[in-house]
Amino acid sequence: MIEPHNVEIKVNGQLYRGNVEPRMLLSDFIRHELDLTGTHVGCEQGVCGACTILFDGQPVRSCIMLAVQADGHEIRTVEDLSSTGPANDLELHPLQDAFWQAHGLQCGFCTPGFLMTLVAFLEQNPQPSEVEIREAISGNLCRCTGYQNIVEAVSIAAQSMFGEDR
Amino acid sequence: MKPAPFEYLAPDSLSAVVEIMSENGDDAKLLAGGQSLIPAMNFRLVQPMLLIDLNKVSELDYVISNENGELRIGAMTRQRRLETDPTIARQAPLIAETMPHVAHPQIRNRGTIGGSLVHADPAAELPVIMVALDGRLLVRSNSGERWISSSSCFQGIFTTDIKPEEVLIEVAIPPMAPRTGWSFVEFARRKGDYALIGVAAVITLDNSGHCIHARLVYLNAGDTPIVAQQAAAVLINEKLSPALYREAAEVADAAIEPTANIHASVPYLRHLSRVLTVRALDQAATRAMQKIQ
Repeated sequence: MIEPHNVEIKVNGQLYRGNVEPRMLLSDFIRHELDLTGTHVGCEQGVCGACTILFDGQPVRSCIMLAVQADGHEIRTVEDLSSTGPANDLELHPLQDAFWQAHGLQCGFCTPGFLMTLVAFLEQNPQPSEVEIREAISGNLCRCTGYQNIVEAVSIAAQSMFGEDR
Repeated sequence: MKPAPFEYLAPDSLSAVVEIMSENGDDAKLLAGGQSLIPAMNFRLVQPMLLIDLNKVSELDYVISNENGELRIGAMTRQRRLETDPTIARQAPLIAETMPHVAHPQIRNRGTIGGSLVHADPAAELPVIMVALDGRLLVRSNSGERWISSSSCFQGIFTTDIKPEEVLIEVAIPPMAPRTGWSFVEFARRKGDYALIGVAAVITLDNSGHCIHARLVYLNAGDTPIVAQQAAAVLINEKLSPALYREAAEVADAAIEPTANIHASVPYLRHLSRVLTVRALDQAATRAMQKIQ
């Protein structure tokens, strides 16, 4: 019997303490232990990008990392993007809002991975060109949209998040 | 799609890793970035008894330039850093330029130089680049350290000269000779996919523009990075021209052994190789020419 390991992981700003079996994937830990089911599991081999989260601020594939590797680190999932407004209503992150405006999703399965990839991308590159946007999302597969509306959503988000600086 | 059970250790020093590997080398697997290993474990193609995580060994994450211009890169340096580090861009621009071909940004945030080299996938870019640049690999075990030249390191598919108890700790790249140009080109069906075939070219000219060093190394054209020596020899002592690039590409055809897959037949892969070779030589030679004067 393999002994579980103690882990201490900051998840969306809150500290989680618990035990994990070494073989538990970070994606399964997020979904099954933390009940944060916004992170989607598509291919489980690092190809589709649906499970992308932020690990110490950088987008990574959570299906090809072990939960035990997150010990002492900070992760952010798609649940952390929106916030609660003054009337206790849900306020979308500007990037989520842009996806909504541009119809950047249809079935929505890939969307959490796109959002987490792009949140980090826009922080590094607030005024991206279309070529740069397409390069940034090259590691995320979408079977519905044909990407056109996703690219448009990123342009809208860049404008609404950083447009004042232009 | 879940890994088989394994014991897990995450030491925070290289000496502890070497100690563990000396006792468990045959049963243990080192976990670097995990971007190839964990997918293989998810498929249960790899089922280590013991996984030694190197991610807390921060002493293996560095990029140093020696006073003689040699570049030394710690084995746990992330691919993303290879892509963005100014020292690498200045001293080994071939590495920085090739990195965007390695999967996607999310993968390069985790993937490491050492992990890719010891994995020795014939379709991976880093082994090809190391051979093109004449890099050396430093490994350590309980019985000491030794250097392995990149030309002798890669012995077959997923097979290197590194012994089970040895730990790759550093990669050293010699300084680039004056008037040297470089290029890496590959063809992949989609951005970030494994390439169907690719080639790295390094060319050094003398002051009069004659070629004094040339190397062509092919990706996914055999079980290891394939060095096309006779093709490079075509260029030596010559003033380079498109006709010579085409001739070298024809000669290189005898060195490569691409295998057909569902996406490409062997004749198509050989055609791609010739086209990419001409492009790579043209870019490398043009860059070398720009350094004369």
